[in-house]
Amino acid sequence: MNPVLRTVLQRLGLGIATLFVVSIIISLTIEMLPGDFAKAILGQSATPETVAAFQREVGLDRSPVVRYVEWVGGIVRGDFGESYASAGSLAGHRRLVSEMIAPRLLNTLFLAGAAAMIAVPLSLFLGIMAALYRNSYFDRAVNVVSLTSISSPEFFLAYILIMFLAVKFPIFVSLASITPGMSLGDRLYAIMLPTLTLVLVIVAHMMRMTRAAIINLLASPYIEMSRLKGVKPLQIILRHALPNAWAPIANVIALNLAYLVVGVVVVEVVFTYPGIGQLMVDAVSKRDLPVVQGCALVFAATYILLNLLADVVTIVSNPRLLHPR
Amino acid sequence: MSEQLEKLKLAEKLVGRGKVSRRQFVQLAMAAGLTAATGELMFTKAARAEPKKGGSAKFGLAHGATTDSLDPAGYPDTGTQIPFAGAMSNNLTIVDADGNIHPDLAESFEPGKDAATWIFKIRNGVTFHNGKSVTPEDVIGSFQHHMGPDSKSAAKSLLADVTEIKADGKDKVVFTLGGANADFPYVASEYHIPIMPVVDGKADWQSGVRTGAYVYGEYEPGVRAHLTRNPNYYGTAWFDDVEFLTIADVTARTAALTAGQVHWISRADLKTLNLLKRDPNVNIDEVQGLGHYTFPMHVDAAPFDNADVRTALKYAVNRQDIVDKVFLGHATPGNDNPIAPLVKFAIDPEPKHTYDPEKAKFHLKKAGMENLKVDLSVADAAFNGAVDAAVLYQQHAKACGIDINVVREPNDGYWDNVWLKKAWCASYWGGRPTCDWMFTTTYAKGAAWNETNFAHPRFNELLVQGRAETDEKKRAAIYAEMQQLQHDEGGGLVLVFNNYVDASSKKLAHGKIAGNWEGDGFKIAERWWFA
Amino acid sequence: MTDSAHIPPQGSLVAAQAPSRRRGKASRLWRDLRKAPASAWFGLIVIAVYVFTSIFAPLLAPYSETELVGGAFDPWGGQFLLGTDQLGRDMLSRLIYGARNTVGIAFLTTMLSFVLGGALGLMAAISGGWIDQMLSRTVDVLMSIPQLIFALVLLSILGPSVLNLIVIMAVLDATRVFRLSRSVAQGVVVMDYVEAARLRGEKLPWIMRREILPNIMPPLVAEFGLRFCFVFLTISALSFLGLGIQPPTADWGSMVRDNAALITYGDITPLLPAGAIALLTVSVNFVVDWFLHKTSGLRE
Repeated sequence: MNPVLRTVLQRLGLGIATLFVVSIIISLTIEMLPGDFAKAILGQSATPETVAAFQREVGLDRSPVVRYVEWVGGIVRGDFGESYASAGSLAGHRRLVSEMIAPRLLNTLFLAGAAAMIAVPLSLFLGIMAALYRNSYFDRAVNVVSLTSISSPEFFLAYILIMFLAVKFPIFVSLASITPGMSLGDRLYAIMLPTLTLVLVIVAHMMRMTRAAIINLLASPYIEMSRLKGVKPLQIILRHALPNAWAPIANVIALNLAYLVVGVVVVEVVFTYPGIGQLMVDAVSKRDLPVVQGCALVFAATYILLNLLADVVTIVSNPRLLHPR
Repeated sequence: MSEQLEKLKLAEKLVGRGKVSRRQFVQLAMAAGLTAATGELMFTKAARAEPKKGGSAKFGLAHGATTDSLDPAGYPDTGTQIPFAGAMSNNLTIVDADGNIHPDLAESFEPGKDAATWIFKIRNGVTFHNGKSVTPEDVIGSFQHHMGPDSKSAAKSLLADVTEIKADGKDKVVFTLGGANADFPYVASEYHIPIMPVVDGKADWQSGVRTGAYVYGEYEPGVRAHLTRNPNYYGTAWFDDVEFLTIADVTARTAALTAGQVHWISRADLKTLNLLKRDPNVNIDEVQGLGHYTFPMHVDAAPFDNADVRTALKYAVNRQDIVDKVFLGHATPGNDNPIAPLVKFAIDPEPKHTYDPEKAKFHLKKAGMENLKVDLSVADAAFNGAVDAAVLYQQHAKACGIDINVVREPNDGYWDNVWLKKAWCASYWGGRPTCDWMFTTTYAKGAAWNETNFAHPRFNELLVQGRAETDEKKRAAIYAEMQQLQHDEGGGLVLVFNNYVDASSKKLAHGKIAGNWEGDGFKIAERWWFA
Repeated sequence: MTDSAHIPPQGSLVAAQAPSRRRGKASRLWRDLRKAPASAWFGLIVIAVYVFTSIFAPLLAPYSETELVGGAFDPWGGQFLLGTDQLGRDMLSRLIYGARNTVGIAFLTTMLSFVLGGALGLMAAISGGWIDQMLSRTVDVLMSIPQLIFALVLLSILGPSVLNLIVIMAVLDATRVFRLSRSVAQGVVVMDYVEAARLRGEKLPWIMRREILPNIMPPLVAEFGLRFCFVFLTISALSFLGLGIQPPTADWGSMVRDNAALITYGDITPLLPAGAIALLTVSVNFVVDWFLHKTSGLRE
């Protein structure tokens, strides 16, 4: 069988097993957190009576194992269950986890997509240029700027961008509120600042890995050979070094893309962007287990798919892996 | 000349209603002997003072979570309280900016033969947003929503004393209580108990149909709520539509205000308030609230079972220092009386509990101790700044021979695992609008939230007396004695009363801001207008 | 203080790089250092200053990190060189102690995650088979849970002590290191010389150390430089969400968080801890770059 196809099938199968294990870990950790949904919602105003009433209604009075098995049963049928927050409501007002997650996920993917469209080409370009003109002032400058941006906390970068681009010079808006019925242009305008923040955050990592992976190959005999043949430096990098450097670069890109989907809760908070990260943090703090599970599954699936993609690139770019003896 | 001034005054009133132009007004002012510039200023002021309709207002709220819902049994924070309890709904009664109770959805209320029954007459011709008239059944259903064994409402314990609610004719509702309660109309103003239509025998909270100034529009829990003006509202509402945005991060909230994306934000950042004040387009609104932060001691646990130890601890804290450093001046030092000055019958007990190491040592000695070592359990979940306050207290107490060991508890599950369980911890009270309410929930013997385990016979006797008493003077005397008892012998170390510090765009105007709840008593959308 | 004393991590990496040479390590290092470019020197000096500051923090700082010595937000200059914070603690002292706490924690966390993740990654790549499968799947599971949120939950369960913070961040970070080292090593494992060593009957640790590690070092070192500063960021993100290093301990991540709002008014105080992080990051990566250049064998 073609090694790529085999890897893909194998990984997808394993991916489902991974999702299963993730759901068990999430269930366990949320159960281990002090308090439960009823107590978290009622807070200081909880009395044993109201807590008990709440637990009965939500079904928290049953054992965690029973609840987990029921939840898995639902997942198998494609039913993500409903949020504890919908307890006690009449028919037609249930808050399905899938309905809560879907719009948030779309928002997150939209923001991640916008950031990736700018960041990936930019970092590849800068990385290649830095490798080409290594140790020049250009290399140093790109390096220092990107390292400074990467070493500042996200919220701090966000505040600086807000100060300059929303308050002092009101070019963009500081609240990335997305409402249904907004045009694509309006949406892009609204998310400009969070997008820029994310670009600043991830470019350095990918750029540096591109540079390092290419430079690592430049001393190889085959590169020396082409150099002796008089091939231009840019050609050497693009035609000879880059194809063999794809494995680590693809890995870092996959990690950063996953990060854009999974790890941007801080940026969502600062720009009040209704993404899935905030949904999950909210749900964790309220112990709304079905929603936490739903978000965790989405995140895990994203990660698994991107990772698979990186592995495919690794195999394709290495003939020895592609055609094993 | 005086005739000119009279004219000017009349013109001022007309300005507010848009009847007099700026030019006409300035001419009048000059005729009255004022300069043109003064006239301009007066015009602007007059134009602001008189409310007028119009505009879309946006409010940035500090709270809101995806688990929020329209159900008034919940309403855990301002993310639901201000839009849904405040802007969308009405209660039978309402508390004004001075702490007095008024009928709201009720036209009037009166006690029965004693204060154990209360009769509320519903306002004539009031309809819900869907056009249905408000009936006694709706009122009954709205109250019953919070009662009964299956209720998970935060107002459940509050209504535990209500034994029967029944309709009397077409527009009257009669509440029968287990015992007399002269303050029951205040209970009816509690934000958890808005009046909702009853559908199929149950209060319908899901549809968002209420009676209030604004009609339910779009709602994305934890993100935004958008409401539009109720054209048939029996009161007044000035904005055409209002939008409430959850902006949890205070810096982002501030930036949204200064960049003009919202017109009002709750909980301005105290750290940078002086910098925000410099913004020429921003007003800072600060009102003293009923909320207070406490370090409650269990009066039945050693060493707090000794009243002199408690008094020593009360003298060993420098509240002004905590106000200055933790709350940056935006709070009022407490005097170990949980009743806020704003509340009717509030007193300021003597002797004042201010920082006094000598008196602390004196009381410690009286308790037979040279020095004392105690644990204080805190987390910022109790109130923001609790840990800092405890660390400062630790330093103050050192000079009094008291060694306070500050135990940092996790924020998660604080109310569940620490509060009411540890003998000394940090706590927060949103404050209650009457003496009886505050004492009944927190200091009465056997109360579910009695955080000090206070069970003083005289105190409990007075509590029952005060509830039944309808003579104002006698009530004042009873509550004064109770407050003094709390001050002298209680375990509630009342650290400070909070201030609500909000910031608003100068485009908005308002009357006196109520401090009973955040956001002008939750009613900001109804009470404020665009100048 | 000699130059070789303050760069133990680099020293050991360089040594691993050319194990076949038998010359004295110190003299070799000195020779390399003399040829190092200005940027590397800059990086090394800055790192030396940081290490010095964190070791001798109690001697250097004018006040203690927790003591309330002045009013809230006292201005710069005078008694307090960089002013005071919200509670009246000396900003300069907190910055100095912050070096100790932050650099120490970041270094420990990164080392732990590299030892853990690097060793397991190599093992997986070389052994292949079920060991690889088991390790990779475990890492897949751990990595597919959002790191920040997972750290938040684990800290809530275990309590936010510094030790818990280090271990949790190191384990979660190690998954990233594992992924990278395994994927880079996979490219090397299929090389002829590794196969030859295997056929010679060399043991796994020997192959790891002698044949593979030197060849995958550059990307790992580049990653080290970045991971190191990511630890600061994770700490400050955690404190943004309410669970970082607990006050009153001074660390730069939390200090940025505490003062960040000032930046929107043009006050540069929050830039101090942020700048301290940035300067260290840039310096560490300058040294890393020098190392990368040196190991690449490029002459120009």
